[in-house]
Amino acid sequence: MKLIVIAGPPSAGKTAVVRQIVRNLRATAAIAYLKIDVVRAFEDEELKEEFGIPARKVYSGDLCPDHAGIMVMRDAIAWAAGEGADILIVESAGLCLRCSPYLTQSLGIVVISAVSGTHAPLKMGPMIALADVAVVTRIDLVSQAEKEVFRERILEVAPGIEIVETNALQGTGMRYLIRRIEETGEIEDEDTIEVRGVPPLGVCTICVGKKEIGWQRHFGVVRKLDSADWIFRGD
Amino acid sequence: MDPEITEITVLPGRDKNGMQETFDRIVIRPGETLSIVGPTGSGKSALIGDIEIFAREDTATGRTVLVNGGMPPEDLVRDPSKKPVALITQNTKCLADLTVQEFLSMHVRSRRIERDGIVAETIALANEFTGEEITAGARMTALSGGQTRSLMVADAITIGNTPIIILDEVENAGIFKDRVIETLRAYGKAVIFVTHDPLVSLMCDRRIVMRNGTVTKIIERDGEEEKALAAIRKMDGILSALRERIRAGESITEAAFAS
Repeated sequence: MKLIVIAGPPSAGKTAVVRQIVRNLRATAAIAYLKIDVVRAFEDEELKEEFGIPARKVYSGDLCPDHAGIMVMRDAIAWAAGEGADILIVESAGLCLRCSPYLTQSLGIVVISAVSGTHAPLKMGPMIALADVAVVTRIDLVSQAEKEVFRERILEVAPGIEIVETNALQGTGMRYLIRRIEETGEIEDEDTIEVRGVPPLGVCTICVGKKEIGWQRHFGVVRKLDSADWIFRGD
Repeated sequence: MDPEITEITVLPGRDKNGMQETFDRIVIRPGETLSIVGPTGSGKSALIGDIEIFAREDTATGRTVLVNGGMPPEDLVRDPSKKPVALITQNTKCLADLTVQEFLSMHVRSRRIERDGIVAETIALANEFTGEEITAGARMTALSGGQTRSLMVADAITIGNTPIIILDEVENAGIFKDRVIETLRAYGKAVIFVTHDPLVSLMCDRRIVMRNGTVTKIIERDGEEEKALAAIRKMDGILSALRERIRAGESITEAAFAS
């Protein structure tokens, strides 16, 4: 089975890209779909209804959605295998720019909307840098100059990335993404799949329930406004 | 520089009922103008879509589009700075909150163009297409639709240096369409207009008529319509002048068509 992890900010067009993948590949491959989101998601029901593929979702609720994704991933692979899938597509909530959800032994796709502005790729860091393919959506809406600059900015963040420009509603340019998926290898050994990114430096004190503001009230790795250096505060 | 584009060829696909299209091939060369006409839903957008992405039997129409008689190399299709086709539609926007000068400079830098004065040249060219003057210090986001499209056409000519320009229904957007056509011809560009406009349709070398997802007729400009074109040009001139006067706040008291 092949594993595809799709990330990208909310409303970038991730699900439109998933639809195109399913539309193009369902004749030759059985596809299963998992959506990870925080509080509400409808994509699984829509895809199940439209294409009749096995699809489900998981709500992360009070967990970080990327964290939740990692937690459920082995169960998800087992579920998809049980459904007889050749390809499992996991679509992230697309919230965190720090811990991108891409895994080894899989294809990582970041979906970015061309209308998000020419600085957006520079701000997205790991979400782009650790992906294999950047799919740029809504390419039909922006000027030629912005198209070109957007592409350059992505390559600045991730020099080796493959860029697919598309109007995902119509599916233009998708032939290159489909080819890349066809070339992607199967999961070799699910016991050795790992997160591609480097985990965060500090464990978050806010995550464990400390709600006060300011570094003075927190422990572990903290920082001040006027210093780029990290400070360790505590034992 | 990339190999020169001498022609783009559209090979037939299927209409909406799956029937084979009847034209043999449509060849577009630099300096030629082509209009695409037909009712809504007749397949005009699908045809320019095929050209824009260089279809290879992988679009709904099943058409194939060749460059210089062969399959285009991949970077020519995928890299917008190498792509020989620029599509400008009513939906094409400049989102960057920059001045005209900064916006064009950004494009010049990304193309690594060293020539001085190209930004000023682009703005001057754009101002030939519109009656509302574009200044270097104006913000892109504050430009009118007509100013924006004028600037995009000028940008495609000078900075983009794109051999083929597709203009999708931009005639009603406050640009001097006859000047755009003449200028694009003078620069040796191939231009494809999707249009409902009589002046634009008749000024083009060829007119492709669409129906039910297929090309039903190709009308060559062979002189038969020249009388009509002269009359349309005159009417268009009258309407343009009236538009400017109304914009200027004048009362139109005389019979407008008296001249």
